[in-house]
Amino acid sequence: MATIISLDPRVTRMQIDPERKDPLEPKPELDQFQTFEVFHQGKSGAHHMHVGCVHAPNHELALLLAKEQYARRGQTVNLWVVNTRDVFTMSAEDTDVFATTPEKKYREVSAYMVRNKVEAFKKQNTEGSTE
Amino acid sequence: MNTHALTDLCYRMADDELILAHRHSEWTGLGPLLEEDIAFSSIAQDKLGHAQALFTIMHDLGGEPDADTAAFMRDELKMRCSHFVELPNGEYDFSLVRHFLFDVAEYVRWTALVQSSVEPLANLARKIHGELKYHLYHAQTWMVQLGANGNEESHARMQSALNEAWPYALGMFEPGEFEDALIADGIFIGEAVAQQRWLELVTELLQSSTLMIPTQVEPIYGGRKGHHTEHLKPLLDEMTEVYRIDPSAEW
Repeated sequence: MATIISLDPRVTRMQIDPERKDPLEPKPELDQFQTFEVFHQGKSGAHHMHVGCVHAPNHELALLLAKEQYARRGQTVNLWVVNTRDVFTMSAEDTDVFATTPEKKYREVSAYMVRNKVEAFKKQNTEGSTE
Repeated sequence: MNTHALTDLCYRMADDELILAHRHSEWTGLGPLLEEDIAFSSIAQDKLGHAQALFTIMHDLGGEPDADTAAFMRDELKMRCSHFVELPNGEYDFSLVRHFLFDVAEYVRWTALVQSSVEPLANLARKIHGELKYHLYHAQTWMVQLGANGNEESHARMQSALNEAWPYALGMFEPGEFEDALIADGIFIGEAVAQQRWLELVTELLQSSTLMIPTQVEPIYGGRKGHHTEHLKPLLDEMTEVYRIDPSAEW
């Protein structure tokens, strides 16, 4: 074994020749793993919520790495990982399809004032049953 | 209960965890990919936690020093770790192989300790079971990935690291001074049985990795008797440097 400079790789890996003149080789494009989207379930029966992504070569490693990235703190009962390529999505210029005209209140739940009717019905029923 | 036997067992296990935790933590910030860096650092923290829990058990049951003193104030001769955990990290292949071989052994030990007659040890064994399961899952997945699903270079590197690590890995099972007492008192299954179960589990977990398990290798012993490699002292000096400036400081 060569002379030990330090046992800490942070030190030993930094032994780059100071005389070195040639430029370092540029990194090739796309030298990273593909990504997987991570969905986290906090409680049994709860929805899996999207929390972020991880780099990994396959599903198994994605799940393995997702555990430490997204389930290290707080409660977790399960995780899903989905290859980002399998997520089918809208393109940015189609965002306008989500816009809706404000005149169509009748299409929204809040437009229906049913609470008064429900209260009235309950009251009537209660009175009816005590008679 | 034989306190000497228990203390000896706990120091062997705790020192392995403490020193390997330190070695693993040397990868923090340098891991091969961000996600793995975080996972490996987290595993290192878990190991440190196991060491702390073992020191605390010895402190409570055997009158040994508290965890910080036990971890940071003993010199080399008092350390009971195996040579395996002292070796420098080398490349990531060696670190992963060591992580795998050590964690299978750790899993075997703690699974057996669930049945220990020493209740705090049995309780701790139950408590950390999930962590150990994840460590094993992490280690095995990488062994299979780089052994069978990588490329020629990854396979060659993993095989060479496995061959290099093997005699040291066998050294983890160097018998302690009180093997018979530990077995007779139902504290632990003993090193011979642990080694046998370890080999069975390693063989099973490596089945789909295409890696060959070395045979007819002599174990490298010494650590359990306080004889260490040249690598331990510099590690201890670095690890304890700040603590020793003022051991009475409140953290």
